[in-house]
Amino acid sequence: MSKKPTAKEATSPAANDHAQAPVNARLTPEERIELFRKMMRIRRFEERSLRAYQAKKIGGFLHLYIGQEAVAVGCCSLMGPNDHVITAYRDHGHAIAVGMDTKALMAELYGKATGCSKGKGGSMHYFDPSRNYWGGHGIVGGQIPLGAGLAYALKYKGLKGAAMAFMGDGAVNQGAVHEAYNLASLWNLPVVFVIENNGYSMGTSQARSSAGELAQRAAGYDMQWGQCSGHDVYEVRAMMDKFLTLARETGKPSTVEIDTYRYRGHSVADPDNTYRSKQEIEEYRRTRDPIQLFQDKLLAEGVLTAATAEQIDTEARAEADVAADFSEASPFPTPADIQTDVYWEADNPSERRSQGRLFFT
Amino acid sequence: MPVITYREAVRHALAEELERDPNVVVMGEEVAQFNGAYKVTEGLLARFGPQRIVDTPISEAGFIGVGIGASMLGIRPVMELMFWSFYSVAFDQILNNAANVRYMSGGQIHCPIVIRGPANGGTNVGATHSHTPENVLANHPGVKVVVPSTPADAKGLLKSAIRDNDPVFFLENTMLYGEKGEVPAGEHVVPLGLADVKRPGTDLTIVTYGRSVLHSLAAAEVLEREHKVSAEVLDLRTIRPLDIDSVLRSVAKTHRVLIVEEQKPFASVGSQLAYMIQREAFDELDGPVHRLATVDAPAIYSPPVEVEQLPNPRRVLQAALETLA
Repeated sequence: MSKKPTAKEATSPAANDHAQAPVNARLTPEERIELFRKMMRIRRFEERSLRAYQAKKIGGFLHLYIGQEAVAVGCCSLMGPNDHVITAYRDHGHAIAVGMDTKALMAELYGKATGCSKGKGGSMHYFDPSRNYWGGHGIVGGQIPLGAGLAYALKYKGLKGAAMAFMGDGAVNQGAVHEAYNLASLWNLPVVFVIENNGYSMGTSQARSSAGELAQRAAGYDMQWGQCSGHDVYEVRAMMDKFLTLARETGKPSTVEIDTYRYRGHSVADPDNTYRSKQEIEEYRRTRDPIQLFQDKLLAEGVLTAATAEQIDTEARAEADVAADFSEASPFPTPADIQTDVYWEADNPSERRSQGRLFFT
Repeated sequence: MPVITYREAVRHALAEELERDPNVVVMGEEVAQFNGAYKVTEGLLARFGPQRIVDTPISEAGFIGVGIGASMLGIRPVMELMFWSFYSVAFDQILNNAANVRYMSGGQIHCPIVIRGPANGGTNVGATHSHTPENVLANHPGVKVVVPSTPADAKGLLKSAIRDNDPVFFLENTMLYGEKGEVPAGEHVVPLGLADVKRPGTDLTIVTYGRSVLHSLAAAEVLEREHKVSAEVLDLRTIRPLDIDSVLRSVAKTHRVLIVEEQKPFASVGSQLAYMIQREAFDELDGPVHRLATVDAPAIYSPPVEVEQLPNPRRVLQAALETLA
């Protein structure tokens, strides 16, 4: 069964309208180029990590963000100092979007001590609290209550900010997501639940896994909701600006479903030949690639030249290669590192107050 | 020294820590308006207001997850589970998220959350409400597990738990809430990971914790009176970190060990203790390590029979005599 188009996708207005949204109209040329650059950097990072995986430099799973770049970049480009992000295991795009160093991200995939989680988390578990990025979580939907908790803390501290809690379309069927929806709405927590709907929860299409419209479920919890295309970074920004502003100004939560598409399988372990057609993937690549579409827009706006676009691409490829070289040259953690970063107290022995044995053999 | 109940001791710890640290929040089902399902939080709403004492819907995965997320940003939530038995519906939040987030982030995050509530059998509520998951919890590196037996320990350990920067799971006991004991007023802090000799002895070490401490003390009385046996009752108080040194010291004195626990026997806290004792004090033992656990079946409802499924003074006495035989 092929990907089910959302109602929004079917009736999408002229793409240029979203460029006129105030949040986009006020972007400087440099800021527009930066959005383009971030998407390109994500794409090239992901392609490079796939090659490293194929060369057996990377263990475990690898869930690539290729095709979905406009979602993370659009959303995270709106973050202020008190806005926070949490997501699931397809987490590389958000990490680059919030500004994490691709060397540390690639090194994490290589399982190196220089990785963003010291080689202890892997692909699914990127974190950088200094950039308000709280993971990187492996269990479908399990991060969503935590996202509501980040919003709870903002509210408790009286800070004007919002949490964005990202999930895939498969997560909407998990109980923890619904519990978080209810609590967020009941308590007016400033959180935007973002459903990145790429049409497939692993190999099961939306039509085969979810009854009804996904975002609309928010209405059952008395939350506002919206749908938009994730192929147009301007549209993502316009939609998210509305709901982030709602959260920051009124404390009200919302749910936004962003229609997107992944070109690669669920993970690299997915042969990707059982549940969708090659033609479908090619059609998306040809007509709705978020980077190509945005490049065309910026060329039309006169913000970008073909030469600059080419240069940004070249730089993004070079950056990914540098990240891979850095990872290659970095040391692995040692067996002695296995038992650090388990307990705060064990890592801060001078401040330890408890006694007794923390670890066992 | 004031004599108060275990319930009041927990409440005093909560109130004092709420007073001390504005980031402490008490959250759970019925903790505020209802004054607590077991009245532990009685009066806290009136004193601290709805910002600090927060009623939740019956939604353990949701509200425990919210607490964990909030703790990552510096709030110090003290979450009440009406029964620890309900941890199963929040298992992913408690043991995937709270236990692992520090590790998976390479030490960038810590999670100063306390989850507390009763975990015990003996109240004729059947298998779903009678779980004692301290072994399951303690199986997860990154968490701390506390099971206080007396009012003084309940207060002192809970204050330590709330100040701790790691996730602490605090297992109380509905059968102990009404028990009275001397508890210091004001600042009284018992460090986690420190066992306590509740009764000194020379012939037998009974290693135990939680309500089984009371049963063991009762049995020790009979052992002394009727069998001329001097039993030492060592209360672990904390399961992880574990004060194994105090256990080994006692074993070196008595050379005989009985472990008493309100646990299903398979892979229990006692299993771990028995392994460690034989490994680290083999030459001190005059006989095999014995254990008295819950009779291995789901918790039976039938009230008089449930008493016989759990550790009780008669069963402890019998097990002690077998250990000495």
